[in-house]
Amino acid sequence: MRERAQWLAVGAATVLGVLGGLGSFTFGYGDGLAYLRNDPAKCANCHVMQSSYDTWLKSSHRDVATCNDCHLAHHPVAKWITKADNGFFHSLAFTTDRFHEPIRIKPRNQRVSQDACLHCHRRIVDELLPATPSGDTPRCVQCHADVGHALRD
Amino acid sequence: MTTESKIPQTDATGPLPRRTWRLLVAVFAVAVAATLLVTFVLVTMFERKQEARTPFVRAVEVGEVSTDPTPWGANWPHQYDGWRSTAGDKFYGGSSALPQSKLETYPWLRRLYANYAFSIDYREARGHAYMLYDQGVTERVTQKPQAGACLHCHASVTVLYRKVGLEAMGEPADDAALAAGFNMPAVIRGFEELSTRPYFEVMQMLLSVPDGTPELEEGAFPLPPVGGFTGEMAGQPVDQTQVAHGTAHPVSCIDCHDPSTLQLRVTRPGFVLGISALAAGDAPVPHLPSIERWRKGDRDRPYDPNRDASRQEMRTFACAQCHVEYYCATKQTLTFPWAHGLRAEDLERFWEEEVFPDGTPFYDYLHGETGAPVFKVQHPEFELWSQGIHASSGVSCADCHMPYERRGAMKISNHTVASPLGRIDSACQQCHNRDSDELGQRIKAVQDKTLAAMDRAAYAFTDMLDAILEARAAGVAEDRLQEVYRLQRKAMWRLDYISSENSRGFHADQEAMRILAESIDYSRQAQSLATRLRAPAPPSIDAIQVKPVIGVTSPAGAAAR
Repeated sequence: MRERAQWLAVGAATVLGVLGGLGSFTFGYGDGLAYLRNDPAKCANCHVMQSSYDTWLKSSHRDVATCNDCHLAHHPVAKWITKADNGFFHSLAFTTDRFHEPIRIKPRNQRVSQDACLHCHRRIVDELLPATPSGDTPRCVQCHADVGHALRD
Repeated sequence: MTTESKIPQTDATGPLPRRTWRLLVAVFAVAVAATLLVTFVLVTMFERKQEARTPFVRAVEVGEVSTDPTPWGANWPHQYDGWRSTAGDKFYGGSSALPQSKLETYPWLRRLYANYAFSIDYREARGHAYMLYDQGVTERVTQKPQAGACLHCHASVTVLYRKVGLEAMGEPADDAALAAGFNMPAVIRGFEELSTRPYFEVMQMLLSVPDGTPELEEGAFPLPPVGGFTGEMAGQPVDQTQVAHGTAHPVSCIDCHDPSTLQLRVTRPGFVLGISALAAGDAPVPHLPSIERWRKGDRDRPYDPNRDASRQEMRTFACAQCHVEYYCATKQTLTFPWAHGLRAEDLERFWEEEVFPDGTPFYDYLHGETGAPVFKVQHPEFELWSQGIHASSGVSCADCHMPYERRGAMKISNHTVASPLGRIDSACQQCHNRDSDELGQRIKAVQDKTLAAMDRAAYAFTDMLDAILEARAAGVAEDRLQEVYRLQRKAMWRLDYISSENSRGFHADQEAMRILAESIDYSRQAQSLATRLRAPAPPSIDAIQVKPVIGVTSPAGAAAR
């Protein structure tokens, strides 16, 4: 009986080892560490972002703002929550091939990118903004649709 | 095992506690499941990377005679499947599958096309898959003699054009010569040779040229029964004097794509000649920047879309080879009327100035009710789109009618060419970040308004015809009616322009309304003139007093108060 348990332990350890190896390889193969960095080219790792990346390269903001500058919160903690949230759900959606096309931004991420516009441009637009923003407040990109990347607003 | 596990576990060599067992089994199971998941992710990643790297594998060679799309399908299965499904879930043949007659939906069309083949049979269109079949069975073709020019757009015809062209130029035209290259000069020559020849003769010749698959007897879609369902030639055997190498195909891969590079290209002589005439003219075409660029150059060679146009323009030009206005009957070579520009009145002016090779003034038919020489509008989608906001925003035909879609990591254009109404998400939401329902409502609003205006234009048109007939019945001389006939032609041109165009005004909504407004105006002008010509002279209106202004500022008004 104890012998059977030993075999099972060896089996479990082997599978764990395979998992560790395969997992590390997959992480490396998928360039997993890049997700922690700030290179826009890496966002196109997930191939569905290719056209957004291509058009960002030709946009007015390519020299001043990366993907993360507009799509991540600027608060040091909220930034990583946003990154984890989007990282997980984007991977899930693209791996399982189940998402709305053309891809559409979620309300939460809309707020993130609106805040990002204001992060840099607040001084210019401050007097245009309502004292208490609501869901009806127009977002910058509703008119300036192609400043980040054309064809995706 | 159950009994053994109840024994106290103090001995190191004794049986394991149940908890440890469970833990081991759980660790094993979870590790197996996680490994499966990681492997799945790894394989998915690998597949996506492969898709992104190698968009297609050329499993079968295709060349300049490969009008049969079947071998192309082996190399580009997604595009081929999309193209095939323009037939719907399967190909529906036979007379009962023909779509709704427009002549029944809009009875005034019979009067519009009086004495013209469209008054015999005119139906809603079906998908690209049906272009050759439906042309072969429409009573316009089976009951009236038509020109070979019809096949310019309804069949994959360039190999035949090249063959006939090479023969006419005295050059070798064997299978090797046909496969050697596209040879636009020869294709244009063949087109000129065949344009005015009878339809069925050219169709027979089409069956005799190679199609790249001598081993296959049938194409992707069936051919129409010879003579259609009702014509004099219905059910008669095919002329066996020509040896058939293959079969005929509707417009297929080779008609828009270079077989060696897959690049978009235009192949239709009518378009190539028409667009170079447009470039050589001076009509503004800001939505076609390559033409504006060519005009600023040294103009040492005619504008050639295959050389000069951008890829984005080619995504429109490929469609503009056929979805346009043209003359394609037997009196002269198929002609695209673009030398003066792309607006309705530019095209109209072209036909007004056009003279047939025999020296007589151009017209499409003599109207069956009034005898007026009039023009038939075909389906000026490219021309109307050119006047709209999507054209000026750089949106091509393919952007909406063949929208980009994703297959894994591959981005392909949807080859099921169709109305964007059936797929608003992929067609419209690339640019318009709105719900599909709202976007659909916007399209419907444009189309409903256009149809309402078209109804009014049709009423004005039939009123005009009645008034002209009354004038003729009252004995007004034909020479006094010439101006009425001119107005009638202009009114009909504009009504036909919007009713024949396949977007119900959406391709350029304000332009469509302007054209319909002009149609109504010309109809009422003609009606009014015809009535005046037959009625007694009206009494003088000089003696009628115009009432002075009455209000607070006038003494009369103040007195009245």
